[in-house]
Amino acid sequence: MCQERLGRRARERHAHLAPRPCSPQLTAVPLTRAIEPVPHPVLPPVQRPFRAIALTVVPEAARLSDRGWEELERLVEHRLATQPAKTRRQVRFFIRVLQWLPLLRFGRTFTGLDATRRRRVLQAVGDAPVLLLRRGVWGLRVLVQLGYYAQPHVAAEIGYLADPRGWEARR
Amino acid sequence: MIEKSYDVVIVGSGAGGGTVASALAPLCRDGVTVLVLEQGARLDDHEFSGREQDMADVLYEDGGGFLTADGTMTLAFGRAYGGSTVVYTGTSLVAPERVIRAWDVPGLDYSDIVRRSRVYAEQNNVHLLAADLLNDNNRLFVQGCAEAGYHAEQFPLNVRGCKGSSLCNLGCPNAAKQGTHRVQLPSAKRQGVEVVTRAAVRRVEDRAVIVEVTPKADGQKGRPSEWAPGTYRIKAKAIVVAGGAVGSPALLLRSGLGLRLPKLGAGFTCHPAHILVGEHPDPITNDVGHPKSFFVDRAAQEGFVLETCMYFPFTTAKNLTGFGPAHSALMRAFPQLQMILVLACDKAVPHNRVTVDREGRPVVRYRFTRATIEAMVRATRASAKIFFAAGAVRVHAPSADPPVIERKDRHRVDELIDTRHFRPGKVSVSAAHLMGGCGMGRSAEDSVTDSWGRVHGLPWLRVADASLFPDSLEINPYLTIMGLADRVAEGLRTEAKTLLGAR
Repeated sequence: MCQERLGRRARERHAHLAPRPCSPQLTAVPLTRAIEPVPHPVLPPVQRPFRAIALTVVPEAARLSDRGWEELERLVEHRLATQPAKTRRQVRFFIRVLQWLPLLRFGRTFTGLDATRRRRVLQAVGDAPVLLLRRGVWGLRVLVQLGYYAQPHVAAEIGYLADPRGWEARR
Repeated sequence: MIEKSYDVVIVGSGAGGGTVASALAPLCRDGVTVLVLEQGARLDDHEFSGREQDMADVLYEDGGGFLTADGTMTLAFGRAYGGSTVVYTGTSLVAPERVIRAWDVPGLDYSDIVRRSRVYAEQNNVHLLAADLLNDNNRLFVQGCAEAGYHAEQFPLNVRGCKGSSLCNLGCPNAAKQGTHRVQLPSAKRQGVEVVTRAAVRRVEDRAVIVEVTPKADGQKGRPSEWAPGTYRIKAKAIVVAGGAVGSPALLLRSGLGLRLPKLGAGFTCHPAHILVGEHPDPITNDVGHPKSFFVDRAAQEGFVLETCMYFPFTTAKNLTGFGPAHSALMRAFPQLQMILVLACDKAVPHNRVTVDREGRPVVRYRFTRATIEAMVRATRASAKIFFAAGAVRVHAPSADPPVIERKDRHRVDELIDTRHFRPGKVSVSAAHLMGGCGMGRSAEDSVTDSWGRVHGLPWLRVADASLFPDSLEINPYLTIMGLADRVAEGLRTEAKTLLGAR
């Protein structure tokens, strides 16, 4: 847990946990296309739980290279950059909620759970009677799917072959 | 602030704005100056790459993922030179008579809508695709419908030289789709209409608009704006707002017109939609060929419309319910997937409306009514039957729990697909037929404009887009938008002498 990014009350609540330095900012990676830099990235302080959530949503993401993960996170950040600051804060907060919530049931954080329990946690929260929780899981899974399936090599891997030349390319 | 002056300013360049521009263009010969302001960019033909995220980012508001206020539905609407006509599939249907009659707008005659729609259908080369250009995804739909007892009809399309890229919703990479960016806007420009892109209208004042022209960022697709970046105040004798069913009411609301027009933003409908998939045992042609060639119209009887469709990997993944191994298995079966888009014909209700936040950004407040949910569930059941009748081995149905129904359970679809499994916030719902918000009617008490798009009490201000619809159209809306926009232009031409001082 990135202690210095927590608010005062959260720091007190998690005082028993050994503080760890924040995850480093994502390093710039060569882009297939130039895009404007993301001024306030959301994921670095919650990168570990985010990746655990991503692996639960798309298990094949385990096969991604470091470069593939960087691209996944770049696509997510790029989308979040277009959202209001409030939404970005909510996304980061919700990832933290998912990280700590399993302590109540399993005595471990989300990242400390095995794949089955992680899936069970996400499903339970995604099925919650509270709309805010359901849409939180929906939003996170859509962000993960954006980062994963919008990568052209992934599209090719699942057999998506659309080509601007249309029938000419296929016949 | 830079000051400019025109006779007519049109806000938006889609089916509404582009049509008004072309219909007013002949006035340029008489010295009338017409300006179109488009907040999106103008792309050159080679920039339509067909790559999902690249194109969604540049052609759609919020990349196609504009969320309603409670986060339970995403709205897709275009933001480019040509508006949403760049990203639709070109389906061109004339409005149903029963719907226009039910709208009950004084002065709006159904035969007038039909006549104008036909003019634009002709102008846009609307026709039926030849049978040899249809793919398996569409053929299986027709076959499944026949066996399941549904009447499939072929969509008339506005394409010219379609190569079947299947990428319509990412902007045609072959310049085949005859949107306003290909037909009406070039024609208007040839006649003297000026078009400025990357120009976002912040507010409307008394016979003026305040516009922010933004620079093109490094690496961004599209041409730079025709004007230098900066803030402009543009005076106009007439202003036509055609920013779409979200953009137009939001613009008028942040311009302070909400008090004098209490119905501004009200009556928003959108044909909430699910993307359903059926998995076949063998690969089919789905990602090649026009994606949306057939439909089933059950609007009058059951409140839904089914359409063939084929989406891209991320859009498909997002629209399947759930996650994890079951979701991944369906995605890996992509070459075997048949897709159907189900659209519910929602009705205008008081709680569904467009508002603005403190910064003036649009906020769409939308809750699914019981009737809408029931229509979506009926549509999902019908689609599941069509998939299985066409030979699918399993069907993904968002309103089933679990959402995947195996072939052995095909006789239980009515039982397995149920409204109790339609949980907003869990199931993916999206909409692309955005309507209402500046509805036509009798007076400011029940509407925003009259049947000619004149804003009540402000004769210099007109609306010309899908926001005019007083209720859902229950079919793909773009020809009707063009027909109504043509009326708005005719109204302006008729009043040109008094309103514009034209000779």
